[in-house]
Amino acid sequence: MHLAPYIVLLYLLAAVLFILGLHQLSSPKHARSGNLVAALGALIAVGTTIDLLHHSTLDLVLLVVAIVVGAPVGAVAARAVKMTAMPQMVATFNGVGGGAAALVAIVEFVRVPVHSSPSLVLSISVVFAVVIGAISFAGSAIAYTKLQELMRGTPITYPGQQPVNGAVAAAIVVVGVLVVVGTLSSPALWLLLLLALILGVAFVLPIGGADMPVVISLLNAFTGLAVAGDGFVVGNPVLIVGGTLVGASGTFLTKMMSDAMGRSLGNLLFGAFGKIQVSEAAGPGGARSVRSGSAEDIGTLLAYSQRVIIVPGYGLAVAQAQHVARELADVLEKRGVTVDYAIHPVAGRMPGHMNVLLAEANVPYEQLKDMEEINDAFKTADVALVVGANDVVNPAARNSPGSPIYGMPILNADEAHNIVFMKRSMRPGFAGIDNELLYDPKTIMLFGDAKDSLTKLVAAVKAA
Amino acid sequence: MNAQLVNEISIFVLAVFLGFEVISKVPTILHTPLMSGSNAIHGVILVGAMVIMSEATGPLQIGVAFVAVILATINMVGGYVVTDRMLEMFKSRNPRGGARS
Repeated sequence: MHLAPYIVLLYLLAAVLFILGLHQLSSPKHARSGNLVAALGALIAVGTTIDLLHHSTLDLVLLVVAIVVGAPVGAVAARAVKMTAMPQMVATFNGVGGGAAALVAIVEFVRVPVHSSPSLVLSISVVFAVVIGAISFAGSAIAYTKLQELMRGTPITYPGQQPVNGAVAAAIVVVGVLVVVGTLSSPALWLLLLLALILGVAFVLPIGGADMPVVISLLNAFTGLAVAGDGFVVGNPVLIVGGTLVGASGTFLTKMMSDAMGRSLGNLLFGAFGKIQVSEAAGPGGARSVRSGSAEDIGTLLAYSQRVIIVPGYGLAVAQAQHVARELADVLEKRGVTVDYAIHPVAGRMPGHMNVLLAEANVPYEQLKDMEEINDAFKTADVALVVGANDVVNPAARNSPGSPIYGMPILNADEAHNIVFMKRSMRPGFAGIDNELLYDPKTIMLFGDAKDSLTKLVAAVKAA
Repeated sequence: MNAQLVNEISIFVLAVFLGFEVISKVPTILHTPLMSGSNAIHGVILVGAMVIMSEATGPLQIGVAFVAVILATINMVGGYVVTDRMLEMFKSRNPRGGARS
C-alpha cells in the first residue's frame, strides 16, 4: 500500500511515542507517564489509520461496532481483575492480540485474487504471522487456565509427547513452505492456523506453573513478532516498529527471567520431558520429622527478635495476605524490631510481581530488598519468616547438582538463626521438588492459610 | 526488491536494536509493568485489523476482520488500562519525595 507522506510522518510520531514510553517505563518515577505516552502513540496511530480507510459505510459501521464492543470489554476486565490475577490478565490480552495478528494475515492473503500470484515477501510474512500469532493465542490460553488453576499447574506429560509435538511442528513447516511456494492456495491457511493452535497448546502443556511467567513473556514477544509480520503483510510501518520493539524487548526480558531462575530457556521449555525420573531420584521421601510450632510460640520469638526478614512468595499473594503481612511488620517495628522484605527476582508469578503486591499494601519502598542487597543480612537475622514461598529458599539449588533447580540463585534464608515456614501443607513448591530446609532443625513450621496464620501472629506479637 | 520493502526492512532492523537497548536499563521491580506495557504496545495490531476491515469483501472476510478488530481493541485498551493500574501503586509509595509538591 502506498502511504501519503503526512500519514508516514504521523506514524513516525506514534513510533517515537512508543519508544519514549518504553524508555520511561524503566524508571519508577516516570513509569506511569511512560505508559500514557505509549497510549497516546496508539491513539495517534489509530486516528491516522482512519484516514487510510476506503470509506464504505458498511465497513465503517462494522468497524465502529467492533471497537465499541471491544474497548469496554478490555477496560472493564483490566479494572476488575485482582492484583494477584495480573499474570493471567496479561496472558489473556497477549493471547487476543496474537489471535488478531493471525486473523489479519489470513484476511489479507485470502483477499489477494486467485489469478494474481502473491509476492514471496507477502507469502512468507503471512505464514509467519499466522503461525506465530496462533501459537501465542493458544499458548496464552493454556497459560491462563494453568494460572487460574482451572487446570493442574504441574507439567502434563504423556508417552510419545515429544514425537507428537515434533510431528505437528514438521507439518506446520511443510504446509507453510507449500503455501509460500504457491503449491497450496489460500484455503490451506486455515489448516495452518489449526496446526499452529494445536502446537501452541501442546507446547505449553508440559511446562509447569512456576515457569509460566517466562512462557507469558516469550509469548508476548511472539505476538510482537507476529504484529511486525503483519506490518510487512499490509505494508504499514507503525505495525513493524511497534511489533518489533515488543518482539526484541520481550525476547530480552524472557532471557533475563530464565537467567534469574538459573536455567537455560531450552531447559525450562523442554525440561519436563525428563522430569519424572529427576523428582524420583531427588526426593528422599519417607517419613521425616518436621518441627511445627504454635502461633503463640512463634509470635513470642518474633517479638523478642532484633531483626526479622520476611520472605514473601506466591502463597502470600493467593491468600491475599499482603495487608496482614504489613500489619505484622508494623507491630514488630513498634517494638523496635527491624523488618525487611527479601524479594527474590522471580517471587510471585512474574518478576516484580511481589513488589506490585506489596506496594498495594503500602509497604514502604525502602523495606523491599533485592536478593543481592539482602542475602548477606540473613546471617545476622534472628528470624527468616517464609510466607508462602518455597523454591526460592530451597538450598538444593546450591547443594544438589541433580536437582532441577540446581544453579538457581536463592535467598539465603537457611543462614538465619531461626526459620519460620508458613505453609498450607508439606506439599512441594511449584517446581515440584522437596525442600531440605523444611527438615532443618532450625526450622519451625506454621501450617495453615497464610492470612489466618499471619493474623494469629499479629495477635501473638501484641500479646507478647 | 522494491524501495518500499527496503524501507520496511531497514525499519525492522533498527527497531530490533532499539528494542534491546530500551529494555536493558529496566530495574527488576518494573519487569511486570514493563511486560504489561509492551503487551499494550503490540495492541497496535488494531491498525492492521482496521485496514483489513476496510478492504475485506464477502461475509467470511468481513466476519473474520470484525473478530480481529474486537480482539485487537481488547488487547490495546485492556493493556494500557491494566498497566496504568499497576503503576498507579508505584506512585503513592514514592516516599514523601515531592509527591506533594
